[in-house]
Amino acid sequence: MKALLSIQSLTKRFDGREAVSGVDLDILTGEYFCLLGPSGCGKTTLMRMVAGFETPDSGRMLLEGADLGAVPPQRRPVNMVFQQYALFPHLTVGENIVFGLVMRRAAPATRKRELARLLALTDLEGLEARYPRQLSGGQQQRVALARAIINQPALLLLDEPLAALDKHLRGQMQAELKRLQQETGITFIHVTHDQQEALSLSDRMGVMYQGRLLQAGTPAALYEQPQHPFVASFLGESNLVPVRASAGALFFSDDVPPLRYPYDQAEARWLCLIRPEHIILTAPDSVPADNTYTGNLLQVRYLGATRACEVEAGGVRWQVILPTTQPVPSPGEQVQITIPAAVITLLPPGDEADS
Amino acid sequence: MKRIPESWLILGPGALYLGVFFLIPMLIVAGYSLLEPGPYGGTTGGFTWDNYRALAQPDYLLIVWRSIRLAGWTTVLCLLIAYPVAWTLSRLPAGHQAGWIFVLTLPAWLNLLIKNYAWLILLRKEGPLNTWLQAAGITQAPVEMLFTEGAVILGLVHTYLPFMILPLYVALERIDGRLIEAARDLGGNGWQVFWRVILPQSHAGLRAGLTLVMVPALGSFLTPDLLGGAGAMMIGSLIQEQFFVARNWPLGAALAMTCMALIAGTLRFSRRDGPSDLWQ
Repeated sequence: MKALLSIQSLTKRFDGREAVSGVDLDILTGEYFCLLGPSGCGKTTLMRMVAGFETPDSGRMLLEGADLGAVPPQRRPVNMVFQQYALFPHLTVGENIVFGLVMRRAAPATRKRELARLLALTDLEGLEARYPRQLSGGQQQRVALARAIINQPALLLLDEPLAALDKHLRGQMQAELKRLQQETGITFIHVTHDQQEALSLSDRMGVMYQGRLLQAGTPAALYEQPQHPFVASFLGESNLVPVRASAGALFFSDDVPPLRYPYDQAEARWLCLIRPEHIILTAPDSVPADNTYTGNLLQVRYLGATRACEVEAGGVRWQVILPTTQPVPSPGEQVQITIPAAVITLLPPGDEADS
Repeated sequence: MKRIPESWLILGPGALYLGVFFLIPMLIVAGYSLLEPGPYGGTTGGFTWDNYRALAQPDYLLIVWRSIRLAGWTTVLCLLIAYPVAWTLSRLPAGHQAGWIFVLTLPAWLNLLIKNYAWLILLRKEGPLNTWLQAAGITQAPVEMLFTEGAVILGLVHTYLPFMILPLYVALERIDGRLIEAARDLGGNGWQVFWRVILPQSHAGLRAGLTLVMVPALGSFLTPDLLGGAGAMMIGSLIQEQFFVARNWPLGAALAMTCMALIAGTLRFSRRDGPSDLWQ
């Protein structure tokens, strides 16, 4: 697939501070791309540059091969769903939706036809004469979507589109967004700070932190093969333990038996990532296996489908996630944990690993 | 004991004040306007419509028409100047707005008489403006700027401009910047964004500003007297003249009632809702 939008070493500074620094990113035609990061990481600034509301200090953006640099927002084939929607309060739902067509001086017949199509697509039929303030949050959200796609943009930007909704509605709207993206075939870039949202919606996603794009790829690739401690800790739960690699083993400290790690690895300091669901928890009298440690069960939290346990073993506090179907000893009892070498990922100990 | 409703307690003092100092005097004026003038001031006590019939004289009609015209121009000019100023002000960083508001409302702090005398000096034949125009070679001889309708409008705009800027600023300041971005994002050029998003959302401020300028401009007499002279007399001056110079209180009262009717008409007009949306 070819790149629809190519972002090349894009940088934006506010008061000398780099809000976005040297981001390189290709967005493919027809994909659902999520830009994930904590607040203040630069994801919104990056998107506002794509929309044309901020001017990059350096770097460039190519949309279908054409430089967007000098194109004002109103002439970019890019539309945006704003945070809190930014619906026009003085216009009805119908007027809000056809606004883009009115700006383009489309014929009344076209407006009418397109309005009907979008009302049907976003399930808003019968609400066109209402004002935004008379709608629920979910309905306002759908008006914002309909308004943003009526001009059939090449690219749709969504800035935290679900942040203002309650948790239950958010789930519904996620499904709605995915359906809308598939039905319209428009390329979506969705900015969010919610990792669950990004994982479940994206074809591909990127994680941003302190102005930089740390890694981009499929949700599975980012979750399973993170290349940066921040990506590992921001996506899902993680055990990140500093280790020293030496001769097929990983040392936590000198007085604890090392983890056997039969893969080629440079002798150096690493951060060892082990996902909590990959740790095997057994009773203390189980047959000892490789990479097994005996320790104390400190705490058990019941989460419905799973239980989150905290185990102290080998001088490290481990997070272990087990399916609720597996019985668990009471807190305070002795347990054994086993860490299969195959589930270990070694990451460079970046100084920004402030998980 | 029956409790007095809270709303009465809150509205009571204001209502009393308006009743004593506005409603009753207004009824007295209305009454005077229907009395026959006495030969040496005062009235004979007889009832008559003649005071209103007298207003149909071309002289008076001319003055009424001039009042509407000058007040109208003042309002239009204030609007044209104030809108861009209020808009720019509303988009400044929050910390800078207060200072500019102070600067822009400064003219309102100055005594009206002083402001008008300042214009009197500036606009005279031997005044700085004429001197400068001649020195710059733009005009050969002094231009008669004082005692024209233009001078009156200039003075009125100067006086009432803050009353247009402030309500517009309040309305514009509340417009969410993202709405403007959304309109641009959807393909709106500058003019379309103004017409479809900014203007409709500033209607309340626009109406307030028009009222706050039009109403006092219509009834003003100091500025037309000082800067307009006899040739640019407005209804306010005429009323003042009838009461204090001609000592024809009934005619003055009839004029005052007419002026009030004009103002009431303006208010009524400005309370109408803005144009509803033009598509759909």
